[in-house]
Amino acid sequence: MVLGVGGFLMAFPFLWQMIMSLSTNAEVQSVVPHFWPAELQWDNYVEVFERLPFLSQLRTSVLITIIRTGAQIVLCTLAGYAFARMRFRGRGIALAVILSILMVPSQAYLISQYQIVQNLGWLNTLIGIVAPGLFSAFGTFLMRTAFLNMPAELEEAARLDGASPVRTFWSVMLPLARPSISVLAITSALWSWNELLWPLLVTTYQEQMPLSAGLATLVGNKSTDYPVVMAASMLAMAPILILFIVLQRRVVDGLAFSGLK
Amino acid sequence: MTTGSPGLRPVTFPAARAARGRGAGAEARARRRDGAWPWLFVLPLLTGVVLFYVWPIIQTFYFSFTEWGVFGGSSWTGIDNYVRLVQDPQLYLSLGNTLLYTGIVLLGVPIAVYLASLLNTPGLRFASFYRVLFFLPYIAMPTAIAMVWRIIFNGDFGILNYVLSFAGIDGPYWVSTAGFATVAVAIVGIWSSIGFSMIVLGAGLKNIPTEYYEASELDGASRWRQFRSITVPLLTPSIFFVVIITVIASFQMFDLLFAILGSQNPILPKSMSLVYFFYHAGFVTNERGYAASIAMIIFVIIGLVTLLQFRLQRRWVNVD
Repeated sequence: MVLGVGGFLMAFPFLWQMIMSLSTNAEVQSVVPHFWPAELQWDNYVEVFERLPFLSQLRTSVLITIIRTGAQIVLCTLAGYAFARMRFRGRGIALAVILSILMVPSQAYLISQYQIVQNLGWLNTLIGIVAPGLFSAFGTFLMRTAFLNMPAELEEAARLDGASPVRTFWSVMLPLARPSISVLAITSALWSWNELLWPLLVTTYQEQMPLSAGLATLVGNKSTDYPVVMAASMLAMAPILILFIVLQRRVVDGLAFSGLK
Repeated sequence: MTTGSPGLRPVTFPAARAARGRGAGAEARARRRDGAWPWLFVLPLLTGVVLFYVWPIIQTFYFSFTEWGVFGGSSWTGIDNYVRLVQDPQLYLSLGNTLLYTGIVLLGVPIAVYLASLLNTPGLRFASFYRVLFFLPYIAMPTAIAMVWRIIFNGDFGILNYVLSFAGIDGPYWVSTAGFATVAVAIVGIWSSIGFSMIVLGAGLKNIPTEYYEASELDGASRWRQFRSITVPLLTPSIFFVVIITVIASFQMFDLLFAILGSQNPILPKSMSLVYFFYHAGFVTNERGYAASIAMIIFVIIGLVTLLQFRLQRRWVNVD
């Protein structure tokens, strides 16, 4: 019973957003709320594409999510493996440097990151939005933990059979790390898709922004057409929500592990 | 996982190796064979982290002692930024708003504990459905879902005030009245974080042996009594973890405030959070040096909270 009420309250904003996205502007703004539109206004969804730079923002969001997630999987898996399974001079220091970033709030490096991206002439470019997020201290930590927890026997056996370090990594250890890699992919995708502050800093024009920043800066406009904004928001959230419902167990476990981000 | 207890490994391994008669020699040869590979694996990431994170942190610390001219260029001004900061009423206003926000969002923790214990009831129907439902707000894009909250909170036609009117309450203009705006954002904060807290707490609940509940049931303990005397005390480490994470996340609140209030809202100066204050100084009025000093204050606050977490966590581990 309590769960039912709680669940309804959780779902209500999503339902309300859907209803509003199918209403007329007058219905949204009527003092006595309309709980169901007189006529479903599917045209609002068409207008999203006509009146807002929705397609270019969607393209940016998709690209930054794919690039960042791909880069993090490659870079963090390699580094995580080396830190967990290889011995080399300077390992302790290098690891300490990377892990120390985990405890630092992002404000402590944003100004300087902006400066770097500006100096490189990357403001208002895709690479500027993507750049810092290619490297993840959290992902390295995650993958290192994954490789640390693997049995040493397998690796030892591969070595005795004369496999090179690269081959040991690729054919023996990497397949075992698949669950952790999917956790990394999910956290990275979720964060890339939803992140607001960094894209907001490095982009100026609506056309170059990803959806998160595009929607946030839409609000300032006086002539807000609520139903169209609602429809755009629904479309912006949809890919991640669908992904979540498809992969739910993994996402929940992964994020519970990840803590903050 | 297939090899049994990890505690056995250090014992079995050297023994097996010694039996083969190779011992440390093979180990050393294997180590040498790694050669340059470790650095090839680590360098791409390490370079990026140093370039885009480590160096910027050092640089931001330096920036906090400088002032930036309108046309670029900066000059060393010592601790001027910090002196200005401690005298700036905006700092205390933002800190106050952030604390108010954090305080309200923390009220979500007991709710999450209660809901998580309900969700953990054995044999509950639709348990995974509820889990998904409560978790959805956590992964929804904050700026997108903020759009509907703006409508819900609207002073003229928002459904919240409509519902309140049945209770005889004349609802305020939530989003355009200072104070109420912070409360409104905090309500959304609770809504979006409760599912995550429930998952963490749920993992903790699974570690409580069911025998405790069975035994107390035989003694005739009520549901509420069980919740108070078994669930809450045994769940304390998880609850503490959730509280720390909530505090750290709340101190970094920006997205919801930006999206719900809108960047042109006239009450913004009175409703800023610490991070919004940082954003405003750094990227709206373009006082980068000043913003850097705000960043350092946030850094110190988050650092202290994290330190507290480590301290207390260690104590709990020792108690076990």
